[in-house]
Amino acid sequence: MTRRSITIVGASLAGIRAAESLRRQDFDGAITLIGDELHAPYDRPPLSKQFLAGDWETDRLTLTQPDKLDDLDLDLRLGVRAASFDLDSRRLGLADLEDQSSEELVVDGLLIATGARCRTLGGAEGLDGVFVLRSLDDSLAIRAAFDAGPARVVIVGAGFIGAEVAATARTQGLDVTMIESLPQPLSRVLGDEMGGVCADLHREHGVDLRTGVGVEAIEGDGHVERVRLNDGSMIEADVVVVGIGVIPNTEWLEGSGLTIDNGVVCDATCLAAPGVTAAGDVACWPNRRFGEVMRVEHWDNAVAQGAHAARRLLVEDDEAEPFIPVPWFWSDQYDRKIQMAGRIGLDDEMHIATGSLAERRFAAIYGRAGRLVGVLGFNRPRHVMRYRMLIEEGVSFEDAIAAEI
Amino acid sequence: MKIVVDFDLCESNAICMQIAPDIFEVRDDDFLYVLNEEPGEEDRARVDECVQRCPKQAISVQG
Repeated sequence: MTRRSITIVGASLAGIRAAESLRRQDFDGAITLIGDELHAPYDRPPLSKQFLAGDWETDRLTLTQPDKLDDLDLDLRLGVRAASFDLDSRRLGLADLEDQSSEELVVDGLLIATGARCRTLGGAEGLDGVFVLRSLDDSLAIRAAFDAGPARVVIVGAGFIGAEVAATARTQGLDVTMIESLPQPLSRVLGDEMGGVCADLHREHGVDLRTGVGVEAIEGDGHVERVRLNDGSMIEADVVVVGIGVIPNTEWLEGSGLTIDNGVVCDATCLAAPGVTAAGDVACWPNRRFGEVMRVEHWDNAVAQGAHAARRLLVEDDEAEPFIPVPWFWSDQYDRKIQMAGRIGLDDEMHIATGSLAERRFAAIYGRAGRLVGVLGFNRPRHVMRYRMLIEEGVSFEDAIAAEI
Repeated sequence: MKIVVDFDLCESNAICMQIAPDIFEVRDDDFLYVLNEEPGEEDRARVDECVQRCPKQAISVQG
């Protein structure tokens, strides 16, 4: 497949790794990389941890060193948002966020990596002291709010982002209340028992964790003053961080001719339409290894899928390989490294392969229909990765239990 | 090619071990050990993947 040029929309992790992958494949055509932030591509995981804590500065977030970025020979357009796309004419509409100008490109290959944005709580807009965390600027704003020494920080949502922000705030000595509408943190993903392990971790570190209760309203006069819960209680708050999930950024593709349904719908090879692929948080594709349509919001997936979707643009249809990763992610909270690989279902069989929940250092493996399908680890990186390899090999749950790790 | 790991950054996520278990190993003590610091050119693609996939960007290659 000979392509003249490839346009990558989205200059975060999936987008930059896609560009690097194209050059590694010896693609010597033009690459345009479009990003709606003014920052050069940066890494997001530290935004809720080292960067938020003030231990790292922006230079540590760089995804590609400046000389390597130059070597990629990109037409890098920062501060530019993709506004529209039309599949038939292959016209891509761009809006410059600084000077408000607009422009249209006719693209050859297109890789969509526009990621996702935070869900927000209706009614809290415009109140100072209410934040979400996705971007470098978000993290800087929360960092400044933490530095001001708030009397109480309220975290809405005890998912991974909320939990990491809570851990960072507690480590800085701030009073933290975390609110979760589920019976336990992450219980929809990990089940109540493992969710309870996460809950204990936070409570032992001094977080006032309220579960099974939702937020009725965030109130204040100009600046946030309190969070009202749906059990009638009220918490005074100087800072509120809302971490209640994300929404894929696909609005600009409405009417494009591409199928949008919980992200950009792709085939098993990450192809959304001829000459159009998608990767990262915005991409939805059938992962044949699990027989499941997935949209994965993990760091590691953005790297792998970015590279895969890039290669996909360079090969003929009959040479294209399906994208069949075993999803993996990590979350650092206090001194615990939580990692998960594969897919964990609430009805799966579970076996503690090593360690114990009590000491919060363990690896739990999960089986479904006789197969090993997932692993969850607390401070057991070696085990998680070994079991991830066994999931890739397709071993039975019985063999996984018997395996020497 | 020489592999350099910044052990101040490394958090033993073990992604590299999955890609190149003959070069990287995370042991029971949860520390990363580099089994072969100077692999041959035939391993460059895999080592490059380790560099790319490391969540802490702790691996680099000289030469």
